[in-house]
Amino acid sequence: MSPAAILQGRPLMTDLTDLTLAGLRDALKSKEASAVEATQAYLDRIDAAGALNAFITVTADKARAMAEASDKRIAAGEAGPLEGVPLAIKDLFCTQGVRTTAASKILEGFTPDYEATVTANLWRDGAVMLGKTNLDEFAMGSSNETSYFGPVVSPWRRAGSDAKLTPGGSSGGSSAATAARLCAGATGTDTGGSIRQPAALTGTVGVKPTYGRCSRWGTVAFASSLDQAGPVARTVRDAAAMLRSMAGPDAKDSTCVDRPVPDYEAAIGRSVKGLKIGVPKEYRIDGMPDEIETLWSAGVDWLRAAGCEIVDISLPLTKYALPVYYIVAPAEASSNLARYDGVRYGHRAGEYGDVTSMYEKTRAEGFGAEVRRRVMIGAYVLSAGYYDAYYLRAQKVRKLIADEFVKAFADVDLILTPSAPSAAFALGERSDDPVSMYLNDVFTVTGNLAGLPGGSVPAGLDADGLPLGLQLLARPFDEETLFTGLYALEDAAGFSARPDDWWR
Amino acid sequence: MAIDKDTVRKVAHLARIDTPEEALEPLAEEISGILQWIEQLMEIDVEGVDAMASTVETALPMREDVLQDGPTGGGQPDRIVANAPKTEDHFFVVPKVVE
Repeated sequence: MSPAAILQGRPLMTDLTDLTLAGLRDALKSKEASAVEATQAYLDRIDAAGALNAFITVTADKARAMAEASDKRIAAGEAGPLEGVPLAIKDLFCTQGVRTTAASKILEGFTPDYEATVTANLWRDGAVMLGKTNLDEFAMGSSNETSYFGPVVSPWRRAGSDAKLTPGGSSGGSSAATAARLCAGATGTDTGGSIRQPAALTGTVGVKPTYGRCSRWGTVAFASSLDQAGPVARTVRDAAAMLRSMAGPDAKDSTCVDRPVPDYEAAIGRSVKGLKIGVPKEYRIDGMPDEIETLWSAGVDWLRAAGCEIVDISLPLTKYALPVYYIVAPAEASSNLARYDGVRYGHRAGEYGDVTSMYEKTRAEGFGAEVRRRVMIGAYVLSAGYYDAYYLRAQKVRKLIADEFVKAFADVDLILTPSAPSAAFALGERSDDPVSMYLNDVFTVTGNLAGLPGGSVPAGLDADGLPLGLQLLARPFDEETLFTGLYALEDAAGFSARPDDWWR
Repeated sequence: MAIDKDTVRKVAHLARIDTPEEALEPLAEEISGILQWIEQLMEIDVEGVDAMASTVETALPMREDVLQDGPTGGGQPDRIVANAPKTEDHFFVVPKVVE
């Protein structure tokens, strides 16, 4: 806080970065703090947090300019719903004039001349961009270890250990930055769990809305029928405020639905009394730590105590969801990533012969190992002779899984599950075995296949002091009930742990 | 289903990813491992089930067939080639494709 501010008799805040997004927004609106001060406070924290590698690009000058403009709008009484709130943007959203990498070498030198609809919506509502966060390359990963720019280090550590842990993935820069208070909130994208799993591993709130709620225009595509943007935030209220701005119809994306966006914050604090909560027995998997099982039971007890009716349900096809995903997502990725040919943007190999060798060398140099593997699996399952056996069969099983949810939601309002099968693991611990890495998304991927909205809230700590999350899934386009339920869990869990600033 | 080195070579070419000979065998092992795990899908009876390509069941919106404003509109060659690794005037430069 500046001396001038103190002279003006405003309450002295110890640190603006300790406020929640909603708290900061309200403080800015009532002029207890300025957007420039808040933005500088976050930029200072980002400066000191290089060890986390959460950002690929910091846009300090742009952030200060946006904050100044916000302060002017606040003074003029023209403040938007997120006016002056400093956010971090996953580096999968194209930002006009700011390099966009998808954490891949193949996009080297790419500076979009246009703005993604989701980020444009945030700027329309007054938010300030601090920078672009790190992620798994093309969002393909669950630990942020496939990034061309190196892994993100979680701000969390096991008690008594300085081993570097994963912040989850693929939105690992966004989850780490939010947990370490390097931003008031961050955007993420979720194709198989890439918002909810990193949120669970970092003690933050992550919400993937219904497929079609947020426009995908200007977001680097991974798997088009599964990709959906959403917020990573400190509280359920913060996530609701962000999603309200991010979501909405867009003529530039024909899969983005033409529906009005409700005031999600109004759903927070509504009574959950009488809501029916489904608890699927198939989400009890082998090898899941007892602590997660115990936390799940606690979640059931909290919701029951709040007046919910608990219903045991069965989703027998659950175990097939990940195999379906690992056909559908690579197939769509191999098609989407065909555009990286070294001709129109990004990296081109230095030495090549004919045009085919230019493509092949460019893509071999530009894509990392996980991306190459998935693109090849995609090409395989789409190739003549295998299309029916793999791709078509996977699409049919996807239909059966989606139908199972339709049936379940005829009887229940929300489904409660753990968010991830384990707490954060150490960097390098699981990178040798792709399938064991893929299993991270076992509880979240069904929501993508069926297009359902889902969210993770921090609900407790394991014996090592690491955060664990609980997930709720809701009916398509019923994000309001989702937010009501998530807030009830947040309120009952009373999660207040935060990592100490060991990196400073 | 396990896939062999020759299949990996073929798939790498389909995907236009230059893959050195010594990388083919390890890739065949990795991809076979993933495919074996995926094989469980063969247990499910999918007779008569519709293939699902999207969760959004809406008719595609139609618009007038006219040039759009903004970056998807026409008449802005400078912006179109701005990010290209190799250009000449307003053309993308690639190796000769027609003899």
